[in-house]
Amino acid sequence: MTITTGEFPYAVEMRDIVLRFPGVLANDHVNFTLKKGEIHALLGENGAGKSTLMNVLAGLYRPESGEIKIKGKPVTFNSPKDAIASGIGMVHQHFMLVPTLTVTENILLGLKEPRFIMRLAKYDKKILALQEEFGLKADPSANIWQISVGEQQRVEILKTLYRGADILILDEPTAVLAPQEIEELMQTMRILVDQGKSIIFISHKLNEVKAVADRLTVLRKGKATAEGIDPQGLSRADLAELMVGREVIFQIDKKAQVPGEVVLEVDKLSTTNNRGLAAVKGVSFSIRQGEIFGIAGIAGNGQSELVEAITGLRESEGSIRINGVEVSNCSPGKAINCGVAHIPEDRTGVGTAPNLSVTKNVIMKNYTESPISNGWRINYPAAHDHAVDLKEGYDIQTPTVETQARKLSGGNLQKLILAREISGKPQLIVAMQPTRGLDVGAIESIQKLLLEQRSNGAAILLISEELDELLELSDRVAVIFNGELVGQMDASQADLNTIGMMMTGSLRSNE
Amino acid sequence: MKFPFRITFENRTEEVPKWMPLATSLGAVVAAFIINGIVLWLIGSNPFRVYKFFFNASFGSWGAFSDIVVKATPLILIGLGYSLAFRMKIISIGAEGQFYMGAFFASLVVLVPLVPLDSPKIVVLTLMAFMGILGGALYGMIPGILKAYYNVNEIITTLMLNYVAVYWNNYWIFGKYSDAGFQMTPTFDKVAWLPRLADLASKYPFFSGITLHLGVVFGLVAAILIWLILKYSRWGYEISLIGDNPKAANYAGINIKRNIVLVMIVSGALAGLAGMSEVTGVVHRLQEKISTNYGFSGVIVAWLAKLHPFAVIPVSILFGALIVAGREIQPSGISFLIQGTILFLVISSDVLLRYKVRISRRQEEVA
Amino acid sequence: MNLEVILRAGLSTGTILIFAAIGEIIAERAGVMNLGVEGMMLIGAMAAFKVAYATQNAWLGLLAGILAGGILSLAHGLVIIHFQADQTVSGLSLTFLGTGLALVLGEGLTGLNTPTIPSVDVPLLSSIPFIGRIFFTDFNILVYIGYLMIPLSWYFIFKTRPGMHLRAVGEKPSAADTLGVNVYGIRYLYTFVGGCLAGLAGASISIAISPGWYSSLTTSGQGWIAIALVIFARWNPVPAALGGYLFGMLRRFTLDLQGPMTILGVKNPFFYDHNLVFFLQMMPFILTIIALLWGSGAARRKRKGTPAALGIPYIRGERGL
Repeated sequence: MTITTGEFPYAVEMRDIVLRFPGVLANDHVNFTLKKGEIHALLGENGAGKSTLMNVLAGLYRPESGEIKIKGKPVTFNSPKDAIASGIGMVHQHFMLVPTLTVTENILLGLKEPRFIMRLAKYDKKILALQEEFGLKADPSANIWQISVGEQQRVEILKTLYRGADILILDEPTAVLAPQEIEELMQTMRILVDQGKSIIFISHKLNEVKAVADRLTVLRKGKATAEGIDPQGLSRADLAELMVGREVIFQIDKKAQVPGEVVLEVDKLSTTNNRGLAAVKGVSFSIRQGEIFGIAGIAGNGQSELVEAITGLRESEGSIRINGVEVSNCSPGKAINCGVAHIPEDRTGVGTAPNLSVTKNVIMKNYTESPISNGWRINYPAAHDHAVDLKEGYDIQTPTVETQARKLSGGNLQKLILAREISGKPQLIVAMQPTRGLDVGAIESIQKLLLEQRSNGAAILLISEELDELLELSDRVAVIFNGELVGQMDASQADLNTIGMMMTGSLRSNE
Repeated sequence: MKFPFRITFENRTEEVPKWMPLATSLGAVVAAFIINGIVLWLIGSNPFRVYKFFFNASFGSWGAFSDIVVKATPLILIGLGYSLAFRMKIISIGAEGQFYMGAFFASLVVLVPLVPLDSPKIVVLTLMAFMGILGGALYGMIPGILKAYYNVNEIITTLMLNYVAVYWNNYWIFGKYSDAGFQMTPTFDKVAWLPRLADLASKYPFFSGITLHLGVVFGLVAAILIWLILKYSRWGYEISLIGDNPKAANYAGINIKRNIVLVMIVSGALAGLAGMSEVTGVVHRLQEKISTNYGFSGVIVAWLAKLHPFAVIPVSILFGALIVAGREIQPSGISFLIQGTILFLVISSDVLLRYKVRISRRQEEVA
Repeated sequence: MNLEVILRAGLSTGTILIFAAIGEIIAERAGVMNLGVEGMMLIGAMAAFKVAYATQNAWLGLLAGILAGGILSLAHGLVIIHFQADQTVSGLSLTFLGTGLALVLGEGLTGLNTPTIPSVDVPLLSSIPFIGRIFFTDFNILVYIGYLMIPLSWYFIFKTRPGMHLRAVGEKPSAADTLGVNVYGIRYLYTFVGGCLAGLAGASISIAISPGWYSSLTTSGQGWIAIALVIFARWNPVPAALGGYLFGMLRRFTLDLQGPMTILGVKNPFFYDHNLVFFLQMMPFILTIIALLWGSGAARRKRKGTPAALGIPYIRGERGL
């Protein structure tokens, strides 16, 4: 963009931003400023309004009231186009890339140039030159679905740079990366700032913020609880106070206990993904009663396929035994009957039927059993009672059990799923990303429930991208990379660095 | 390009009021008649005369009303079958073909004949009903299997099979079972006629000429059965789960493929029974054009009834009236057009059930 | 039976399917499934015939047919893009609506004579030995337009900037939206284009390739066959076109099969028992199912082609696509 001198102190000034969604005040008179050439961290719990505020800045939402100034000039964004024209570039948490287009095509999307005929070879070269300049590598002619998550993130950043953005918004960019990749990203951020860009960095991890950010703004329930403070003096407890409004106990109460009999035995398991490519390659492990086995890894390395194979949702080769019974390639129904509970990654897409009532959702796994069912009929009064029991027992916040599941908040929906799965007294619990996207209160109760099940003697397979959580909850951990388990170790002996290197495939250990 | 108002859709956070679905369906019907009135006026007809004629032709006398219910009978059965399939998000439009196959299978009982024609009426009619159900069910099963196991779009397969069934039927009525070269079979023996109210005319003169036949009872019983299944049964629960979120249903251990085939079989069976009811209750032989597009009107019936089995009954009667009147009024496509408009408006109006529509002035919100 | 005749008949009647199928491919590539092709074709056929008759000008008729299909498709666009209605059901209702309108407005057109789009030889190309005679001689002008449309539509979809936007909107509208691409606008545009092409397909029946207005028999299910072709062709105009021509040839073949008394020295059953012809008439529909089965199988094996956002309404800020 044009030359920016010291005429104005701020690259971005947002004053008194108010935005309401049906039933929620997402941004309540929020102020936010970004100085030129700084990295400003924006923190807050899930649902605190960070993404909303940034979507306002990116022109996706229009605030009900409030004022936005970019480089000193008041602006009104009617569409993302206006925001882009003002030099704002946003890297969304869920990547906004078209999987079937190439890297170059994704970068060119929405631009006036080329005018009609795509001479991709020419633009590939332009993109390569841009990559050189900022040290962001990704093959320009590859399709998005063929490249890694880290590369996709680089494409997202390149997309904004190609449009001449000098204000970059990175929405939770570290959530999908391994520790070493996070380090690389921070390096990139510093290069960008050196080149005169300003960066808004959304995160909820204090160590990352301290490592890279100049200033810090914290949101809680749509309100700013700290505006542009210096992060260096802040302790973890201070930050928790700002984000949650109360002190948060970070210590998870995990009792030492001796694991019992082997429940799950997976031997040389292989399976393919939806495109028919190998996703899990000869994985072997076992889990005992009262044991939590954690699997770390960057998303898309075969975790989903592994879970689906174990729960009967995907065909596989090799052997899966539950209490000695072979269940590989059995139906999901058979797996349920064998005592497998499944907390799926996708709560709304797989775990629940959004337009059905809470009652109909909690009987999903036991509607064929007495007392919910007697013969061909479903005993709805009994189902209702069961639902009320679970609502009270697991503190699911819902007006009634006849309310549609989609009206529940993420945390309550997850509690509903856990209540349903746990009430079946499972032998094995397969939990995938059980706390993702939840607020601290819900995260605490979900973690507590899993530990309770561990004490009760269930075997638990936990898959999470939150490394801290994984290491705290698990008894043993392994890392999955490219469909293979690259190291199994006691959680107490695991260190972040080793695991991070395994996650990117730069270290293998065969225990 | 700058429209002075901005129309926004907000997700409904509260429950939809109970009267809303009924109100939108009624509104769609009324609006369809108004729109088509305008169309009629534009092409130079007098919409008031057409509608008055329409009303008289359908509700003017007991005899006329009975004709409507006779036309409504296959629609009830077909609409019920569709409701079941649509609830599982299977968009079958194959009832037309299943209807013909049901009629054909049922007719075989008399044409072959499968039982001696001096058997008791109850035996012949029961066997015909069974054969009708079988024919429709088998014909519904084909697209069901293709959809469930080969992921073939059911709309196109069912539609193609409709054409096939008509040609199949033609082959037999033009050929082997033709009545002296006419495009129809000989009239069935009276033993294969469904009882009608007119049969009672000797005792109760009021019923003379009243064409209403036993088939309507099939429709009413089927409606009750389907309602019971949907509301209380395990299968009904499975259908609702698959319809709302097939991935969740699969995750809950429900065999979706089997359920798709099953629903298509039941849906086809109902259409097949409708075919049987039509040949035994109305035309008393197998011939060309026994269906006046029942298979297509049934789609609209199911949708207008919001897939509720009891609502299918009054909606079918309305459509029976449209069909009866449609034979008389000019231009002849008008009843088809009204049906199409109704369906279109019903779907459009569904937006009111899912979203709150807010209209605001553009200027206000910029401030 | 003459192979050359069958081939030429296939090129001629296949053109109808090709217009409709390419229109549907373009709409579906933008994420809009429009099952109302049959209705749009019928209204296009009616409008073309009616206007051509009224003005005694076939070209004006053609234009009217195209616009009629396009305008009808906008009704579908409104309902599915703004009202977020189910695309399948809306398309189905469009079929009913289009058929009803065509029947009402087309009242009294049967049996009339209208001017038609002329048949011509292509200069130069028609003088190429053999090829010129088969492909470039005495075809309706629309047949040649069909030839051109195949490579042009392919090039447009895969090699141009608007084509890239079209595909992006059908694959991941949210990504396109964040970059300032007008998702709704593009969906409306290509719904309209698809409708226009369906209208053109209809018009090419009634005033060009097999002229006349025979109420709903004018299209007799060809709109549905075109949709099946789209799936069969994995949303690519080139195989769709080949499929369309092949289909046209098979149609002609089953007609010609009734003529000779013997086939390859065997007594021709269709000649002796005329009722068996009903089975021949079933063939196009059964073949459509087989083509679909094949196309769906290919879809499962390759997992490619189907636009990811096909049939899914786009609402800004909603999760997922």
